[in-house]
Amino acid sequence: MNKFLIVMAHTYWSRFKTKSFLITTAIVLVFIVALANIQSILDLFGEEDEQKRIAVIDDTTNIFDLFSQQMESTDSNIELVNFQGSLEMAKSEVVEEEYQGLLHITANDEELPEATYHSNKVNSSEVGYLLQNNLQQIKVMIATNNAGIDESVIQDIYSPVVFETVMIENTTGSGQIGKTEEELSNARGLVYVILFLLYFAVITYGNMIAMDIANEKSSRVMEILISSSSPVSQMFAKIIGIALLGLTQYVLFIGVGYTVISLKQDEMVGGIFEYFGIADIEATTFIYAIVFFLLGYLLYATLSAMLGSLVSRIEDVQQLMMPVIFLIMIAFFIAMFGLNMPDSTMVTITSFIPFFTPMLMFLRVGMLDVPFWEVGLSILIMIITIAILALIGARVYRGGVLMYGRSTSLKDFKKALQLSKKD
Amino acid sequence: MTLKLNDVTKHFGRFTAVDGLSLEIPEHQIFGFLGANGAGKTTTFRMIIGLLDATDGKITWNGENIDYSKSNYIGYLPEERGLYPKLKVRDQLVYLGRLRGMAKNDIIVELKDWLERFKVPEYLDKRIEELSKGNQQKIQFISAVIHKPKLLILDEPFTGLDPVNVEMLKQAVVDLKEQGTSIVFSSHRMEHVEELCEHLCIMQQGKPVVHGSLKEIKRSFGKKNLFVNADFNLEYLKDIPGVVGFKGLPDGCKLQIESEAISQKVFAAIQDKGFVRRFELEEPSLNDIFIEKAGESYE
Repeated sequence: MNKFLIVMAHTYWSRFKTKSFLITTAIVLVFIVALANIQSILDLFGEEDEQKRIAVIDDTTNIFDLFSQQMESTDSNIELVNFQGSLEMAKSEVVEEEYQGLLHITANDEELPEATYHSNKVNSSEVGYLLQNNLQQIKVMIATNNAGIDESVIQDIYSPVVFETVMIENTTGSGQIGKTEEELSNARGLVYVILFLLYFAVITYGNMIAMDIANEKSSRVMEILISSSSPVSQMFAKIIGIALLGLTQYVLFIGVGYTVISLKQDEMVGGIFEYFGIADIEATTFIYAIVFFLLGYLLYATLSAMLGSLVSRIEDVQQLMMPVIFLIMIAFFIAMFGLNMPDSTMVTITSFIPFFTPMLMFLRVGMLDVPFWEVGLSILIMIITIAILALIGARVYRGGVLMYGRSTSLKDFKKALQLSKKD
Repeated sequence: MTLKLNDVTKHFGRFTAVDGLSLEIPEHQIFGFLGANGAGKTTTFRMIIGLLDATDGKITWNGENIDYSKSNYIGYLPEERGLYPKLKVRDQLVYLGRLRGMAKNDIIVELKDWLERFKVPEYLDKRIEELSKGNQQKIQFISAVIHKPKLLILDEPFTGLDPVNVEMLKQAVVDLKEQGTSIVFSSHRMEHVEELCEHLCIMQQGKPVVHGSLKEIKRSFGKKNLFVNADFNLEYLKDIPGVVGFKGLPDGCKLQIESEAISQKVFAAIQDKGFVRRFELEEPSLNDIFIEKAGESYE
């Protein structure tokens, strides 16, 4: 077997078998399953669905009947009880928790309803809000009736205006100029997902690569390793090995996630899944997602490997990884800002900076119609950057792995380059 | 299968680590590579196995440049020992052995043989961090030789071992030599070098100051040791012309003399002073040569 594959397989399996990897993966899987079943879990604890009984003392003549009809039609779990007795009696029954609350309805001079809501807790305002809303409608009904206005007129007044945003089709150019509102919000979902995945991948797996290398250096096994196979092939074997590990993890997550979601399909109408509406996205966006994800990973992984080769103690890894984490964080924050303004100048410019491209160019591709040459150019810039980083990284790696001692500065970078040179 | 270093020089910036080193190590030979700390030994080893590029000069093995295509025939025991602390001996050696081009099954067979030979067969499934330092060293040694290298570099192979284990490893080194391996051996223990190496080289600040066969080196060194044990004070002997070193011993002294002839003068000087229990002329030890050539004063 090729030595590249041996190192790759070793990196993969030795990481795969660690307790921390298995435990983290298991926790995330449990979390995914739990998230998919969130409704059932909430129901387990929920007392919200209990029927709430509200005592109503109606000092007017006809409002109670109207009101209880109105409440029934709004499909709430509030049951209104027409309380026959004094206000004080009703209050004491609320205190004894016979009723959730007490609504005292009176009529003012113009025969319009007014009400006071008595309750044990002022903060259980949800019920009060519902009652108020419904009473409001009754008030409107009575008032308009009194004024002699027909009910259909009222409906006309309150129905929302028809307002549609329609994009102009440009047939002379490359077809559409922008994306429809629906497409945009679908794309936003995917962009969100990819941004998060990339962010976590870079932080987790970049760190893993740097740690792995620092580990081999600190245990001094590195000198034997690089005497048996070339440092450059080792570096890339590690990058690919960890990438496969990440892939395993993500396939597991996505696989389990997809399964539980499809099992629960009927329960999950609307909500976030409609917002993410992933099914309606163009195939090219998916391809771009994969391309930018892989390129982004490669770029940051190469950078991490290079930095990892400079430290000789595991404690120093975090310190040296800081700039990398800052870079991806900056990219992430610009992207978050860009989700709302994908066509701003800042997003456009930064999408060509290789360290930001995977997030920002993907964001633009997902949310705007970017000319192909721009995407191609940014991909080209990234590939060139990766190649340059790999070249420098390989040289730094070759010298860096022979360097020991405290190393956290740029001086070591120069020293490592010098070690791998002829003189 | 000869290893040749031809006028090899290595600069690190302005610092010269190795300066014009030429060596030739045929097979069936253990070559002693000596030098004080920082004399350029490790740098030379790293250049031989290709971890560093020489600034000038050429390193060839069997007439060819050494690169990673030859790594299956090279064994390396670095001075800084290192293995994966968390891995079991078996997994560790399987990984390192496969990186030297061996098949997994062969590795297990060889590993078991070696563990048997070093009398530690029970370590096969132990993790490295559970072993004592000396035993880790045995495992490290096995990792350097398990693939039967044709060229073996041993940087201080015996440090940290007790005398029994030193003998065990020494025998293993000699056996490898008999099988045809060219071995480059570095040690600060001169008696080990004297015992194992017919040829050697002493480095000082990157330059070879002594180079040749052990016998040749001893003969050309000229100076000899003279041991005198007597009941009277021998201090005055150091004033005799030709006596270049004096070291008092509990029951006498050790003199270093410029040539054999000086011993006659010394003999004449003690002849009628009293009872002399020992008067012995000895070949210089490698230790003496090393100390003189590699700097550092005697006292």
